[in-house]
Amino acid sequence: MMWKTADYAGWGRVHTARGEIARPERAAQLAALMEDAPAPAMGMRRSYNDSLLNDGGRIIDMTRMDKILAFDPETGVVEVEAGIQIGELVRLFAPRGWIPAVVPGTGFPTVGGAIAHDIHGKNHHVLGSFGQHVLSITLLQPGGGRVVASPARNKALFRATMGGIGQTGVILSAKLQMIATPGTSMRVKETRVESFDEFLALLDASTFRYNVGWIDGTATGAAMGRGILEEAELTDGPRRRALPAVTVPFDLPSFALSAPTVKLFNAAYWRKVPARGNVSVMPIAAHVFPLDKLYDWNRLYGKRGFHQFQCVVPVENAEVLKQIVAKISRSGLASPLAVIKRMGEGRAGMLSFPMEGYTLAIDFPARETAEVLIAELEAMTVEAGGRLYLGKDALASGATIKAMYPEWEAWAAQAEKADPKGLLITDMVRRLQLRGTK
Amino acid sequence: MTRTWIILGATSAMARAFARGCAEQGDTLLLAGRDMDELKALATDLSARGAAAADAIRFDVRDAGTFAPIIRKVELEPGEINVAVFVGSMPLQAQIDADPTLIDTVAIDNFSGPAHFLATLVPVMEARACGTVVGVTSVAGDRGRIGNYTYGAAKSAFATYLSGLRNRLTRAGGHVVTVKPGFVDTAMTWGVEGMFLVASPDKVARDILKAVARKRNVIYTPGFWWLIMTIIKLIPEQIFKKLSI
Repeated sequence: MMWKTADYAGWGRVHTARGEIARPERAAQLAALMEDAPAPAMGMRRSYNDSLLNDGGRIIDMTRMDKILAFDPETGVVEVEAGIQIGELVRLFAPRGWIPAVVPGTGFPTVGGAIAHDIHGKNHHVLGSFGQHVLSITLLQPGGGRVVASPARNKALFRATMGGIGQTGVILSAKLQMIATPGTSMRVKETRVESFDEFLALLDASTFRYNVGWIDGTATGAAMGRGILEEAELTDGPRRRALPAVTVPFDLPSFALSAPTVKLFNAAYWRKVPARGNVSVMPIAAHVFPLDKLYDWNRLYGKRGFHQFQCVVPVENAEVLKQIVAKISRSGLASPLAVIKRMGEGRAGMLSFPMEGYTLAIDFPARETAEVLIAELEAMTVEAGGRLYLGKDALASGATIKAMYPEWEAWAAQAEKADPKGLLITDMVRRLQLRGTK
Repeated sequence: MTRTWIILGATSAMARAFARGCAEQGDTLLLAGRDMDELKALATDLSARGAAAADAIRFDVRDAGTFAPIIRKVELEPGEINVAVFVGSMPLQAQIDADPTLIDTVAIDNFSGPAHFLATLVPVMEARACGTVVGVTSVAGDRGRIGNYTYGAAKSAFATYLSGLRNRLTRAGGHVVTVKPGFVDTAMTWGVEGMFLVASPDKVARDILKAVARKRNVIYTPGFWWLIMTIIKLIPEQIFKKLSI
């Protein structure tokens, strides 16, 4: 197997790594790698942080391991290699009446990455996390061992792998239960929301299976927390044509997302939805993967990259979330990308992010001032009994994270069992010392 | 009319992307190569993606004995018979200099093996008065360069062969598309130094499918390689011989 030395980074581009990368194209090559030169796996690098990096070490790029191994059109069960992208599953199977039960906000992540972070989507309040729809997985462990795990078989290993940031073995394949869809479209209802309190009330009252709120992180005063609520259902209705994709060809200068431009943009974007609301029918991907038509949009933040702060706060402490949003609005550091969502309690693994409550995700250009702010937001999240997302956080300390994930020791024990030599440890696991001081 | 594609060297990244495009059109696929486990897994993948049928069959470009069973099998398929040739090998010129027997295998893998296979298949296509041959050569075949002239020579020979074959097959109602990819992001180029403007296999596959539909004769993919190679071909030999591009 050829190793290629290259620089690589997560989506936020704050942390970077340089090291040797192998990119197997066949199951036999991957099996040989895990026997002779075990290394952590990465997919499409859509985690924002260092969860996929192994600076100075080796890493396995899984993106060419993307075959469909079995599909049953009667039951919607599909078995795939871990490198296939979620959006590809939507594209291929929606016309045949099935889509993955959980899809994230972009179609690019791989199934392996979706499992490693036990991702959630706009229907989390109804269907829970990605891992809850995984029927079984096949792991390749260092030394070449091949282990099948499911909610019934090797249960602890399964729960340590869902959201387990790749520390229990390289995921070779997964069997997924998809959900039925009446067609390839979504009917989307948009509602203008005037304030933070109204937002929470509308999210709580929403009866739609998919919902998410865009929040204007620059509005202050009475308008603080205003935004647009998007509620949607799968449908077979006719729809407008899909837009062609475009690429951000170069890194934008840092003033592109400065405070005044963001404030102007957000105000205009908020008014895009008429006061009486709006209903439209669009392709599934256009709604669930809104930014996928803009390739490499992370370049909008310039060379220095950006942070995405994402927390979830229990329902009873919504007041803290309000204070968090107020703090962000006052700081003037927010970018246009900010979303709020009501989460259910669904989670599949020991290190899964979701908890019943409200989740807020917001991007900040990487600046020292933003990092100071994020540290304050983290402290507020801790105070609220909330949690940070391991697919996004790039700044927290190990102690903070461990306090948020009460099952981390049970998880670490499973990781130790699967990978006693610590060959799958990544930069994030080292930063947070999640597997001790290895 | 039903359409069948024989894919020679089906496990390569470019071939796989092309086969997936054919599968989504509902074509029948016969996947030919050496790694039977991988080919069978790929056949399942293509069926799930919409292929009317997909099957794996053993093919070794260096073993002409594997050719006849493929021809026999494909003759049983109704409708249009097509073939896409993705086989090839590209040892570094330095490896070839150290072991000149590699010149023979490069010639077989990139030219004489595929030509031999096509010579046996083309009468079947002529008899049906339809079908397309896709031959993947390389921009390296457009001019011999110090870096990889053995590989370039074999690809050039294949391109010349395809040109003649087009001349022949056109008369019978068939067609030949010569594909000249630039650098493509495959296992063959992974980690090789000096790669630039590297295209994804998906992009190349889309270009080939379009070329087949439009009955193009020779395509460069991505298209800008036409310009690059035109310039390189125009450099007088007097100057070119001193360059190391």
